[in-house]
Amino acid sequence: MSTGNMNLTLKVWRQKNSKTKGALVDYKLSGISPDMSFLEMFDVLNEDLINKGEEPVVFDHDCREGICGMCSMFINGRPHGPKDLVTTCQLHMRSFKDGDTIVVEPWRAAAFPVVKDLAVDRSAFDRVIASGGFISVNTGNAQDANSLPIPKLQADAAFEAAACIGCGACVATCKNASAMLFVSAKISQLALLPQGQPERYRRVQSMVAQMDAEGFGNCTNTGACEAECPKGISLENIARMNRDFASAKFASEESL
Amino acid sequence: MSDINSNIPEGDLATKWTKYKSSVPLVNPSNKRSIEVIIVGSGLAGASAAATLAEMGYKVKCFCFQDSPRRAHSIAAQGGINAAKNYQNDGDSTYRLFYDTIKGGDYRAREANVHRLAEVSTNIIDQCVAQGVPLAREYGGLLDNRSFGGTQVQRTFYAAGQTGQQLLLGAYSALERQIGMGKVEMYTRHEMLEVVKIDGKARGIIARNLITGEIERHFGHAVVLGTGGYGNVFYLSTNAMGSNVTAAWKAHKQGAYFANPCYTQIHPTCIPVSGDHQSKLTLMSESLRNDGRIWVPKKKDDNRKPTDIPEDERDYYLERRYPAFGNLVPRDVASRAAKERCDAGYGVGSSKLAVYLDFKANTERYGRIEASKSGIHNPDQETCMRLGTEVVKAKYGNLFDMYAQITGENPYETPMRIYPAVHYTMGGLWVDYNLMTSVPGLYCTGEANFSDHGANRLGASALMQGLADGYFVLPYTIGAYLSKEISVKAIPTDHPAFIEAEERAKGILNKLINIKGTKSVDHFHKRLGLIMWDKCGMSRSEEGLKEAIEEIRALRAEFWSNVRIPGSADELNTELEKAGRVADFIELGELMCIDALNRNESCGGHFREEYQTEEGEALRDDENFAYVAAWEFKEGVNFELHKEDLKFENIKVAQRSYK
Repeated sequence: MSTGNMNLTLKVWRQKNSKTKGALVDYKLSGISPDMSFLEMFDVLNEDLINKGEEPVVFDHDCREGICGMCSMFINGRPHGPKDLVTTCQLHMRSFKDGDTIVVEPWRAAAFPVVKDLAVDRSAFDRVIASGGFISVNTGNAQDANSLPIPKLQADAAFEAAACIGCGACVATCKNASAMLFVSAKISQLALLPQGQPERYRRVQSMVAQMDAEGFGNCTNTGACEAECPKGISLENIARMNRDFASAKFASEESL
Repeated sequence: MSDINSNIPEGDLATKWTKYKSSVPLVNPSNKRSIEVIIVGSGLAGASAAATLAEMGYKVKCFCFQDSPRRAHSIAAQGGINAAKNYQNDGDSTYRLFYDTIKGGDYRAREANVHRLAEVSTNIIDQCVAQGVPLAREYGGLLDNRSFGGTQVQRTFYAAGQTGQQLLLGAYSALERQIGMGKVEMYTRHEMLEVVKIDGKARGIIARNLITGEIERHFGHAVVLGTGGYGNVFYLSTNAMGSNVTAAWKAHKQGAYFANPCYTQIHPTCIPVSGDHQSKLTLMSESLRNDGRIWVPKKKDDNRKPTDIPEDERDYYLERRYPAFGNLVPRDVASRAAKERCDAGYGVGSSKLAVYLDFKANTERYGRIEASKSGIHNPDQETCMRLGTEVVKAKYGNLFDMYAQITGENPYETPMRIYPAVHYTMGGLWVDYNLMTSVPGLYCTGEANFSDHGANRLGASALMQGLADGYFVLPYTIGAYLSKEISVKAIPTDHPAFIEAEERAKGILNKLINIKGTKSVDHFHKRLGLIMWDKCGMSRSEEGLKEAIEEIRALRAEFWSNVRIPGSADELNTELEKAGRVADFIELGELMCIDALNRNESCGGHFREEYQTEEGEALRDDENFAYVAAWEFKEGVNFELHKEDLKFENIKVAQRSYK
């Protein structure tokens, strides 16, 4: 069993709700074990606060195994903290040193308003998917799964784009708060598969329109999104989306 | 004698579902438009049902407590989904999947339900591929399969170690499509707190908007709960932090029977507990058992590094005890065998509560194949390991990375340490063949119901069941009920039953917030978890269970007098949310112990120390316990037992053997 010996200073964003202003608040923590996850360290902080009669810090989290995409802390200026390809819930305290000061903020983007403390509203992502991030096939319509062979490399590429967990780190890290990486990952997944072809150009136009309507910024090719994505989603997806978008607008018969 | 009716249609097992499906009353399109269905939960079972019912024309409202339906915990399922496609030409069939599932469940599941599940399994794969779910493929462009525990065929479809994620995102996209078309109204960050019953029928729910704290009333002609399992009653489990029993438990208190609550699945391959701070446990997929060999040292308290222990001083105990299935025995068997070795003093790691899962032999084997493909003859061991590691990385890379991230150890170089952990609950709300609970108009799908896995679920069958229920079963069977409801107009939510249910929900919230005690919700949850794990976990005894019941009752009293919840009920208050869930877990925990105490036999995941064979295997008592135990809630946290006899007409009931 591990014993905790790390002392930390946390600067945590506290904000009562979407209508009030927030501020960073300092907390001292001791006895933290390097084997704890970052969120377990927050559990310790919250237990302390409750025992002192204060309100615990609200943060989004659920699976704590890096796949649901719900955790969303901006740690020392980076979404999901200092390690590459890791979500906040999978970040462990062995990535920090005794005596460290850690600044923890919510995702910052106009399209992701703060709900409370470190929790933000990412429903804009759902609305982008609802605008076209699907293949229109009702239950019961499907043919045999092996009737349409898909080259392995193409299927693997679709899978890599589909690995996006919708956490929003790409938006949080982008200076323009652009959602291009998220939107292009879904567009790519479906554009790479034969099943996605019938709606390919319609899809890219409606999803881009919804993305703009939600107030996400544009892409200026900085590449921060790719660098910070915990699932390694590639910038190539953005290129593919732009290509499809241009084709749809200028060459497709179905310009929306 | 059964005192409850499972409404299984008459006739031959193999044609029963087809015939029934063709004769279930239909609701015509114009009537569907005015019929409202409430779905609680947006995982595989909830999202698939919500999307499909909306496609059919019903008005659907869907609720989830997370910030998006895509977060539901189905997303974390790793290994795969079974389907009787027989693409591998290895002799698979609907009957064989049916047989494996019944046997895997230790002859405690309903034949008719399981056969139906096996029948629709193939449609699920077709549907998901059509939605653009990127399942793994071979170079020929066709779908790939792998093996899972408890079977001797390769019928498991997968998407690397993220099968649940890909299937859920498929269902989620189908759901979002219906939301975009205005046919589903989605309520995220909402938690169901009550079922509303009018004239004995489920007619709606009371839900709390978790952001504002506002209590809302929602009407539905029928209500469907796809709210997942209750493994978090143990505090530490592989479930998500928010996974809870509250919706199912509130339904139970309104008359829905709770079936086989003691059937819990302890998964053999999880990352061991590292300290008291631990908030959850992480699974290492069962698919790893395809290529990993499980062992402990032959010597007690052997403190050498695993890589320094020579081959002949290792005990590959699963291969030794179960030569026919080896490392691929079902989960309950593998978990108990690990516990047996650790209890006997052969455990490894600092806690001594772990065994090794070792990939070296298969990595080397893969390396040899790769070397031969590249024309390298007689490759040395280093070359084999280097090439083999690439193959293993491609198959399980994300799982190995996760292990390294959590433990700080490199699993490519040293064997993984694993130990069993609570993973899945086979028990749940009792449902009939139509998936309707004992409350008319109240349905239950997926892990939240009890129906298909008996006393032990086979790997890769949970995703299958969730999607079978939501895409292919409920949308048909619900017609049997709704066709009789077409003349019922939407009931206004100022009906007294809504007001009364809302008062009940508010009463509980107010009571909780006003206790103003001294201990946090987590404090009570952890204590409940310890009682459950020690006395109602991997092995149970009459004495332990009786103690546990007393301890849980005492804990309940203490919780209701000493829990501390900061803040108020009319704002986002995560402690209040947790408190409501833990209050329900405490009551459920007691029922689980009562059920385990009642079942004087061992079967599947339920192991009573008093009932075992000389070799330590589970000893069933088919004469006295071949029944579903369906519990009815009675005033003051009391429970009355109802029995549904299980009849096996198509399978010969036998002692389960994987030797």
